[in-house]
Amino acid sequence: MTTQALPDLGEVDYIRAGGGPWSWEWLKTTDHKRIAIMYLLMIVAFFFVAMTLGLLMRAELLKPGTQFLDGAAYNRVLTLHGVIMICLFIIPSIPAIFGNFALPIMVGANDVSFPRLNLASWYFYVAGAVLALWSVGAGGVDTGWTFYVPYSGNTDANVVLPMLAAFLLGWSSILTGLNMITTVHRLRAPTMGWRQMPLFVWGIYATSWIAVLATPVVGITLVLVLFEKFFGVGIFNASMGGDPILFQHMFWIYSHPAVYIMVLPAMAVVSEIVPVFSQKRIFGYRFIAVSSIAIAAIGSLVWAHHMFTSGMADEGRIIFSFLTFFVSVPSAVKIFNWLATMYKGSIRIELPMLFAFAFMFLFSIGGFTGLQQAALSVDIHIHDTSFIVAHFHYTMFGGTGTMFFGALYYWWPKMFGRMYNKTLGMIGFVLFFVGFNTLYFPLFIAGLKGMPRRYQDYLAEYQGYHELSTYGSWIIATGLILLVLNLIGCMRWAKWWGSDAETNPWNAASLDWRVPSPPPVHQFHEEPIITDGPYDYDIPHLGDDDSKAAPAEVQA
Amino acid sequence: MSHTQDHADEPHLIPYGTYIGIWLALCMLTLVTVGVSYADMRHMTIIVALLIACAKSTLVVLWFMHVKFENRAIWWFLIATILTYVTFVILTFADYSFR
Amino acid sequence: MSNAAAHDDHHAHYGVPGYDPVAWKMGMWLFLFTELLLFGAVFIAYAVYLETYTWHFTVGSAQLSIPIGTFNTLVLLTSSLTMALSIAALQRGKKELSIKLLDMTVACAGLFCVVKAFEWGAKFEHGIYPGSEHLLAMARGEQMFFGLYFTMTGIHALHVIIGAALILWVRARIKSGAVSTERITFLDNIGLYWHLVDLIWIFLFPLIYLVA
Repeated sequence: MTTQALPDLGEVDYIRAGGGPWSWEWLKTTDHKRIAIMYLLMIVAFFFVAMTLGLLMRAELLKPGTQFLDGAAYNRVLTLHGVIMICLFIIPSIPAIFGNFALPIMVGANDVSFPRLNLASWYFYVAGAVLALWSVGAGGVDTGWTFYVPYSGNTDANVVLPMLAAFLLGWSSILTGLNMITTVHRLRAPTMGWRQMPLFVWGIYATSWIAVLATPVVGITLVLVLFEKFFGVGIFNASMGGDPILFQHMFWIYSHPAVYIMVLPAMAVVSEIVPVFSQKRIFGYRFIAVSSIAIAAIGSLVWAHHMFTSGMADEGRIIFSFLTFFVSVPSAVKIFNWLATMYKGSIRIELPMLFAFAFMFLFSIGGFTGLQQAALSVDIHIHDTSFIVAHFHYTMFGGTGTMFFGALYYWWPKMFGRMYNKTLGMIGFVLFFVGFNTLYFPLFIAGLKGMPRRYQDYLAEYQGYHELSTYGSWIIATGLILLVLNLIGCMRWAKWWGSDAETNPWNAASLDWRVPSPPPVHQFHEEPIITDGPYDYDIPHLGDDDSKAAPAEVQA
Repeated sequence: MSHTQDHADEPHLIPYGTYIGIWLALCMLTLVTVGVSYADMRHMTIIVALLIACAKSTLVVLWFMHVKFENRAIWWFLIATILTYVTFVILTFADYSFR
Repeated sequence: MSNAAAHDDHHAHYGVPGYDPVAWKMGMWLFLFTELLLFGAVFIAYAVYLETYTWHFTVGSAQLSIPIGTFNTLVLLTSSLTMALSIAALQRGKKELSIKLLDMTVACAGLFCVVKAFEWGAKFEHGIYPGSEHLLAMARGEQMFFGLYFTMTGIHALHVIIGAALILWVRARIKSGAVSTERITFLDNIGLYWHLVDLIWIFLFPLIYLVA
């Protein structure tokens, strides 16, 4: 694949076209790029809402005893933080924003397969968001984001609204996934074989499959809880013979694969960034591509490791503990391949690459502690302690969150045609990385020593860890505010700093960097001809097995 | 892409008679499954009933939903989905069958 | 872009998603998978409780009428046939016949719902409905059976109603010519949805009516 830019026909870009950036036209657009930007606005806004809630919790935990949130309020803040971060931020973040923006361009298409459905997905998202906020107005919910029965069936809090919100957001995610799968199959440039797709496309493709196959399970589960609550049918209600643990099974059948919905796209972004900033062909393309599918598959076999202490059969626990270890293999395959890609590459330290480094460091810690919990005996000791909180923040926030910001820095010049201030970005990154570890690492230790999770109060002996953690939350928040400020300040309407972006500032080889920055409404006027692999930096057109693959056999 | 799937663009015309034949087979299988349910087979009843249901749904999927003539991607999709679901069932019973 | 419609003006509109029957069907199938998994999850719950309360489920199932269940099964199978025939008719350009067959499909859907309503009504008259005292006095396993019976048949009936509404919609579009022999995918997809509704009943029927 050549890195040559497509001819710039001087067309107006997608932001200025059709009424310009401030027009109501955006609300009825079917342009995948505009929909991506609308997701971006919503998702970043909700991230900061949930981040503020997180800061509130950390501030409350600065000292033992009650500061300004009593137990009931703390439970509500905790639930809201979880629901917003998971349903409104992490799950849609990379697939809905960068999947929408970059995937069609990367496969040489002008839009997704079902543009109107794509817009409908966004409205599902908005409706879900409105319901989630409405539930706050209705007094908040104190069930935790998992909505476990029997508590969610009995609590006086209004659980209907957040459950319906989760249901709608689930549909938003399903419909986006459906669109992505069809786009990859049907709108891929005819000369682009399966083995010539950028790895980002593979990652989103695998993610989309999980979204399509697993999300309906949790959707119907929440509906069943509502049926039980309002019509009095017995499904999970133990007094009618139901089994509350079945709810946990059905919840985690989706929600465990969902953590791969969250992290696979992040890994996909790393696979994109590492070869670009090493200017070297990705090492083990096929292994990385297949490991995405493998993670999707194996990730569906391990859900009950969330339930080791909830009263499952012993044999079941052993089976799930055993299976859980396997899911680390494809993740490790990816990490090793990224390291091998960097080996002897001409590495450039730019912000996206720094975030990719941070991902590898933080996600590895998250992954290794995950292995510890996969061991049944260890998990029984640390279950429901702040060790778990630290672990999933290292994977979800350290993994997906980090790469969300990395992806912002990577694609921002393409999305808005403006390059941000790199010095400011570096300062923000250091604050982010230092703050992150200060915030979450102490929680591992406190958890091992017995600090329970979801508690508003604690014994004095844990104060040191909590204090450190709270200071960390202030550092990371500063870093994130700098990050967003940097991105906003470089925009065309602000221009506090930064410069106009070139078509291909990173010298990347994939198609998205060959169209102008920002791209015109119709990025391709004729079929892009793909001759090589997406990462052929080092060998000028010698090619190998990977890149010379004939147009694939499974095309549909 | 255009070469591999042109056959999928033109609808495959299935004779009316074939559909009616499939319908008759489905009705027969329904009566069989009802008849069998009256026979006392203990816990085999449910297994036989499910096997017949699988046979019926195979007919529906292959002919009424014309998967038989659909392009290969749909085949793979369907197989992946069924495997995923079967896995969910089996693993749920990894817990319940030991309770 | 491989379909005939896109080939005509390939250069002017490269890669713009237009009428692509294969993509539409693929999208529909992906949607059907979500429906399958949605019902599949309820089937998992049913299976778990069937295993836990085998005897009570047998007792509960014995209170349902097998002839009614069988009749409704045959009605749905017939509606699937008329649906398939309707597509076959439109493929051959027989618009009127296609519409007639769709009418028959909707009629079957209506019949199914009426029978279902009588069946539910009879249960209600016997005091068996969600939350009723009579039901709550039953054994727990039976409560679970009837809870699942109402849930599963209820969700299924909702799909029958949605399916019938979709058929009426596609009927109007055939009439107006928006769906035709050349652009038949919309009807194909509604057909797929309708067969899925039938498919689910194929499993519901033996599991609910025939475990006695």
